[in-house]
Amino acid sequence: MAFTLPSLGYSTSALAANGMCQETLELHHGKHHNAYVTALNGLIESKGLAGKSLETIVAEAGKAGADGLPVLNQAGQHFNHVLFWQVMSPTGGGDKLPAKLAAKIDSDLGGLAAFKEAFKQAGVTQFGSGWAWLILKADGKLAVTKTANGANPLSTGEGTPILGADVWEHAYYLDFRNVRPNYLDNFLNKLVAWDVVEELLEKGGLSTGQVA
Amino acid sequence: MPFTSNRRTLLLGAAGLSGAVMAAPRRVFAQAAAPTAAPTGPHSLAPLPYAANANEAAIDAMTMEIHHDRHHAAYVGNLNTLLQGQDALAGLALDDLLLNLSRAPEAIRTGLRNNAGGHANHTMFWQIMGGQGGAPSGEVAEAITRDLGGFDKFRQDFNGAGLRVFGSGWVFVTVTNAGQLALVTRPNQDTPLMDGVRVLMGNDVWEHAYYLRYQNRRADYLNAWWNVVNWAKINERYAAAKAGTLRI
Ligand SMILES: [Fe+2]
Ligand SMILES: [Fe+2]
Repeated sequence: MAFTLPSLGYSTSALAANGMCQETLELHHGKHHNAYVTALNGLIESKGLAGKSLETIVAEAGKAGADGLPVLNQAGQHFNHVLFWQVMSPTGGGDKLPAKLAAKIDSDLGGLAAFKEAFKQAGVTQFGSGWAWLILKADGKLAVTKTANGANPLSTGEGTPILGADVWEHAYYLDFRNVRPNYLDNFLNKLVAWDVVEELLEKGGLSTGQVA
Repeated sequence: MPFTSNRRTLLLGAAGLSGAVMAAPRRVFAQAAAPTAAPTGPHSLAPLPYAANANEAAIDAMTMEIHHDRHHAAYVGNLNTLLQGQDALAGLALDDLLLNLSRAPEAIRTGLRNNAGGHANHTMFWQIMGGQGGAPSGEVAEAITRDLGGFDKFRQDFNGAGLRVFGSGWVFVTVTNAGQLALVTRPNQDTPLMDGVRVLMGNDVWEHAYYLRYQNRRADYLNAWWNVVNWAKINERYAAAKAGTLRI
């Protein structure tokens, strides 16, 4: 088998009214994400990945440290973008969260406003390229974290991501130029598919179903 | 390839010109923890040494303006903010600060590394562009032949190294006091100056350096960049390195 680029669950113009223009989505999905998939497929044989799930590959590459980076860069970015497309929606955003997710954010993170502020800070302070995350930890609690480049909470062992925001400049440069904080505000207030995040919380994370 | 106004219009995202760029506050702390009124020193942002459209053969004027007026300005502003109340560190020249990061309090060390590095890297970057590209001349040409296998191989290796930087970073040519050259890369805003090694020239491969014109095509940006390299300036820097006077 090989890894594949999943199609978006919406058209490339569907998020334009919510601050992510058609050209951003065409490039980000069709060029950037696709390049990670192609590069990862090119590593399957030489790195002995055949038969392993994407999630296993990411976790193992993370444990391998510097030696695992060539695989982690591509596999991590494949996983990260699969999640990213799923947690956005043309009907996303707003402050009306599904009940279970809202209660969990209240009890673990001090409420929606505190969560949003922490998530935005994580994204703004991730120097260079990387991701901001909402994760479910092994102890069952939610936490906010960030990772560099292609890494993610599966590769660092911190937990299971249920929401992620790409803070590579390619994610926001056409729409927001250098102003990353505005991109993150927009992501949280207009794009996040909270119903999907709750679903991922209940399922204990994303199973991409992608296998090498 | 000229950057036509038609193409530029196509590239504007939802926020467009009148949104993200023009309406943004003058000083934008792209990645700072909190935008505060920045002190005016000890470090300062020099204006571009040429018009913003001077590098059109590789880089469009809008990219030059945002890159200098927003990105570089943010590094300078953040650096000055971090140095408030740090009299000893604030008294160091930029290269000495980068060489002595271990002396900084841990709470501000990473911030200093990122922002002092960003200030140094971009200061060098503006200087070595604004030229007509072409083949190198003078002593630098000889050094490139001697140390880097000739201009064609050097350019190919430099572009390849820039392409392999995963995420944000830089590709540099370092120079010793003896005039010896070497090709290196660094992530994010790290610089060889942190190791006490001088930088002759370098190219920025953060996506902000090329996204408006080249989008995901970093290889095209790396190729085109040679059209605006200023070999006269690089020869000046090379001579300064051998004289022991090259700083940033
Ligand atoms: Fe991305
Ligand atoms: Fe830059």
